[in-house]
Amino acid sequence: MRDQKLWTVHILAGAGVAFLLGLHMIIMHLDRYLGIFNPAGGKPIEWGNVAARSGSAWFTAGYILLLGAALFHGLYGLRNILFELSPPAGLKKAINVLFWLGGLGLFALGTWAAVAGCLTARAL
Amino acid sequence: MSEVIFHVRRYQPGKDARPYYQEFRVPLTPGLTVLDGLWHIKETQDPSLAWRFSCRMGICGSCGMLINGRARLACNTQITELGTSRVCIAPLPNFDIIRDLVPDLQPMFRTHKEMKPFIIRGDGLTESSEGEFIQTSEELEHYLQFSYCIKCGCCMAACPTVASDREYAGPMPLAQAHRYNRDSRDMGFAERKQVLGGGRGPWRCHFAGECSRVCPKGVDPARAIQLMKRELFLDVLHLRGKSCAAPCAGKPTDAKRREGIPEAPKPTVG
Repeated sequence: MRDQKLWTVHILAGAGVAFLLGLHMIIMHLDRYLGIFNPAGGKPIEWGNVAARSGSAWFTAGYILLLGAALFHGLYGLRNILFELSPPAGLKKAINVLFWLGGLGLFALGTWAAVAGCLTARAL
Repeated sequence: MSEVIFHVRRYQPGKDARPYYQEFRVPLTPGLTVLDGLWHIKETQDPSLAWRFSCRMGICGSCGMLINGRARLACNTQITELGTSRVCIAPLPNFDIIRDLVPDLQPMFRTHKEMKPFIIRGDGLTESSEGEFIQTSEELEHYLQFSYCIKCGCCMAACPTVASDREYAGPMPLAQAHRYNRDSRDMGFAERKQVLGGGRGPWRCHFAGECSRVCPKGVDPARAIQLMKRELFLDVLHLRGKSCAAPCAGKPTDAKRREGIPEAPKPTVG
């Protein structure tokens, strides 16, 4: 039952990553046609555009969502690969703890970076 | 080609330190199957050779073995269809060996039993006591091909995930769980989910598709597993359509027996 739920979240996170990465590709590479994401004009990586996107609450939420989805999808997938090697029960538990702590730590760090970027961009 | 060379893997636990191959020469006769060749060896060259068989016609699923690198039924495999005069025979991989070509299928059947491969009704009705359950031909199509499985173990032997992951239930038990989940007479999805939703469930399948390729009965276990993944996924999201189990038609009360048709014999059991 637990695996059924985790696997479902894994699939949903994968779909989320595909959607958000698609959005990223559109923003970064279709800027000629969709300039609304780059209000400062010019290339998408120019400072004005980066600052405008970072200061947007929608973009900040998107970054955090992408971070969470990618972390869960990637770490759960890696955990499954490791579990297929049939490790002993103790090692499985250690992998679970390590991945939860590592995942939460990276999520906290990434969230802080996105929020701090948003606040800094707004203060400019 | 007048004769066929059989390379047979031999192993007797407790006697042999490790498996080894032994060569036998068998005269090629029209219609010779691998099973016939093994019988020829046993009757004329080495009576100690051991393998499992029963029906000789691809129904019982006993004689599954690795023939020229592919899991097949020995009784269903003509020598001429192999296209070579050398036949390499080994027991099914991914199982412990009892002796020579006899694999230990008990773990597979234990897992199969865990999946509750039978009709489960929550309403207390059984087919024999109350009559027949109504099922349309469309409903039958949902599971029919999976019911052709003869539990030979060829799919388990071909599965790369079973080879590396001892926890994975494997294609046969999972396909059979799906066969009953899709049966309109069945109400046992919630019970089977207790096993399927755990760590042994279908998520571990990498969809290599070898199980479907080697199945001697044309069953597609890989498809069953993918369909089961979808059902379990939708179940978590509460999007899995709930249908009532097939109703019981009941025994006809006003039917009259036509002349000349004898009464059915009395049941001898139950």
